[in-house]
Amino acid sequence: MRIELQNIHKYFGPVRANDGISMTLEPGRIHGLLGENGAGKTTLMKILSGYQAKDSGELIIDGQTLDFRSPAEAIQAGIGMLHQDPLDFPPMSALDNFLLGFDKQLIPKRQEGHRLLLELAQRFNFTVDPGAPVERMTVGERQQLEIVRLLALGVQVIILDEPTTGISAPQKIQLFATLRRLAHEEDKAIVFVSHKLEEVEDLCDEITVLRRGKVTGRAEMPVPIDELVRLMFGQSIALPDKPPLTPGKPVLEAQNLTLKSSRLQITQANLTVHAGEVVGFAGMEGSGQALFLRALAGLIRPQAGSIRLDGVEMRGRAYREFMAAGINLLPADRIAEGLIKGLHIAEHFPLRRPTPFFIDWEENQVYTEQQIAFFNIKGRPDTLVDDLSGGNQQRVLLALPPKNLRVLILEHPTRGLDMESTRWVWEQLLKRREGGTAILFTSADLDEIMTYSDRVIVFFNGEMFPPLPSGELTVEELGYMIGGKRRQPVGDLSP
Amino acid sequence: MKPKTQNSKLWYSLLWSLGPIVTALLFTALLLLAVGAPPFRPFVEIFRGALESPQKWADVATAWVPLALVGAGMSLTFAGGLWNIGAEGQIILGAIFAAWVARNVMLPQPLLLALIVMAGLLGGALWGLLTGALRVYAHVHEIFAGLGMNFIAMALIIWLIFNPWKPARGATMSGTEPFPVAAWIPRLGDTRMSPLAVILAVIAVLVAYFLLKGTRFGLELRAMGKNTRAAFMQGVPTNNRMLLAFVLCGALAGLAGALQSTAVYHRLIPRISGGMGYTGMLVVILAGFRPELVPAVALFFAVVGVGSPRLEMNMQLDASLGGVLEGAIVLFVLLFAGLRKQLEGRQTRDAS
Repeated sequence: MRIELQNIHKYFGPVRANDGISMTLEPGRIHGLLGENGAGKTTLMKILSGYQAKDSGELIIDGQTLDFRSPAEAIQAGIGMLHQDPLDFPPMSALDNFLLGFDKQLIPKRQEGHRLLLELAQRFNFTVDPGAPVERMTVGERQQLEIVRLLALGVQVIILDEPTTGISAPQKIQLFATLRRLAHEEDKAIVFVSHKLEEVEDLCDEITVLRRGKVTGRAEMPVPIDELVRLMFGQSIALPDKPPLTPGKPVLEAQNLTLKSSRLQITQANLTVHAGEVVGFAGMEGSGQALFLRALAGLIRPQAGSIRLDGVEMRGRAYREFMAAGINLLPADRIAEGLIKGLHIAEHFPLRRPTPFFIDWEENQVYTEQQIAFFNIKGRPDTLVDDLSGGNQQRVLLALPPKNLRVLILEHPTRGLDMESTRWVWEQLLKRREGGTAILFTSADLDEIMTYSDRVIVFFNGEMFPPLPSGELTVEELGYMIGGKRRQPVGDLSP
Repeated sequence: MKPKTQNSKLWYSLLWSLGPIVTALLFTALLLLAVGAPPFRPFVEIFRGALESPQKWADVATAWVPLALVGAGMSLTFAGGLWNIGAEGQIILGAIFAAWVARNVMLPQPLLLALIVMAGLLGGALWGLLTGALRVYAHVHEIFAGLGMNFIAMALIIWLIFNPWKPARGATMSGTEPFPVAAWIPRLGDTRMSPLAVILAVIAVLVAYFLLKGTRFGLELRAMGKNTRAAFMQGVPTNNRMLLAFVLCGALAGLAGALQSTAVYHRLIPRISGGMGYTGMLVVILAGFRPELVPAVALFFAVVGVGSPRLEMNMQLDASLGGVLEGAIVLFVLLFAGLRKQLEGRQTRDAS
């Protein structure tokens, strides 16, 4: 199936998300769609898959002009999309999710579906348990289920939007093998939306690069990475070197901290963080690093042990008191926990910033404008955060914590951001540490952890490895530790 | 269908605000046709009935007071994302507290009236606090908590009227003995309207408006209403703010109850709230949860409420037609709002 997109336009108010984009997708090929945050990749793919209506332009499938009014119509025409966040029904079983939208009969033929699901899963070496509720599956498994579902619906074109975010390394290898097989052996057209250049280089046959809603480059792979970077950003960029900074006095001390969640237990964890220090937390999702950091932020009450900020015992105090004492946490989930949909950018600041009972809106407006300019946010003070792109939402989130914090804790601070934004985010964060703020962060990106941390802590299955100076580590070593393979966890982890 | 010029923008927004009202009128007219009544005259009769004499204007103002108070209070709980349907019970408790003061306290009139107002605020606040506590600490959804508290309040007021506070001549649905005259909130001339009540309601609306617009508390409530979890993560003490919203809404509803008993009826009657807790909810929904629009919408409801009885006298139609009209308008406003969201949502889904 050959798909041509011709001169696609899509505006959101003044924002030109797609500004005359044309591209062609051929069967049997993996097409990389590249671009920084807000370049218009997701919008274009939502138009192609029927989730969004275009303002103008043509969509031609095998010579026929079509116009989708819903994702169901797109799927009927053979185009299916895997979203960045899986659009499934978590409390329902894998089989129920599989049958949705596929079996239009009143009473689904469960046995037939069951057989088909297993057959398809086996073909690609996926391990899908039809009876398991989707909420207990990993993102990677949910992705596999979604691919199988789309294939069962007879889809010829599969669009994947940032599919490698949040999945494990083996799952990624398996995903890539599947995509290659679907394209090169089964003659499907694959669209791979990403800004991870190594993955694009590894996987794609051809690429289209978007910038500010327009096509800025097309190429047959292989293309050297620095050439791709040039196409995306106009110039090659290098990660900044972290300015050397001798850590100051101890700021935050955790002693014999015991924590419990429904799945995990952390016993007797110890950590001392110094002023101005950056500590990176690595580990598989759900290994305990998030639990530990949330306890340090006052969001989870430890079973035992102590948390001291500048020598003052904080354990047992409310989250708000942690915030007032200068510990802030920025959550990974921008929409569910970070920002408040339906509020303007300007309305976010007085919530976190010390504000008198009667808000001085004029002063706040000025402050917001400063923050918007400083953090280079594409929006106005009265823009709803809903209307911002993911990257700009992240910038708003980073702008919220007041200055001169004692400790800033970040969960995946650059998740979903392109290289340039990532570099920029870290420039801002490193500036904060010059004021003595200690920075603790989790990341699934080992390069990020290695580049910016003074010390690295790896969690494996609830156990905390001793903190190691990042200078003594290699990315390979770190990878081993995350798999639980090197160095024994010990009791006292102070440097 | 995006408006292009300033002029068409105005028409566009006018279409959306007048559309539901015109549709509701047509809908009600159809109902009237179906029962063989003239389709449009009743509307004229209602408005004539409400505005024919200064006496009636005063009645409209009297009916406006509790609606404005409850509407102002509910705009706070709705802003916090709370479906507080307990205003009915909060009105009753305010009336009961005020009645206790009126029956038992002897003071110079200004002090007594001040105490009555305070008692009304306190009674409603207490009932709101209990509803809020059920929500916050026992995790009972506020709709069920409010419903339960309304029933208890209803039972309480009937028990009081039929047992400890029954008149010497015997308990009836017509309520307690009149309060001592010192406890009557003064009225304007020989009307039923109390200027003090109107002033208090105006103040309540202003307070609700400025709380939501200009204060940290109001912003925190609005943040909670959009996303309680994210508001908590930003440092909003969400449990505390929820309780406060219930308390404030309860206080204003309780004040309405106190005014109904001491300014309008001069005694405690079983139907002291007159359903104002529920009508007030329609008012605030129709006002789009915005306190600044509550006075105008409450005025409309008051006009319909005062004018409807004339339908029975002049047209042999049931006065409940007024209620049908009010309900139809609210439903069509919600319907049009949903429609608009759907139409415009297609244009403004997230860009990325």
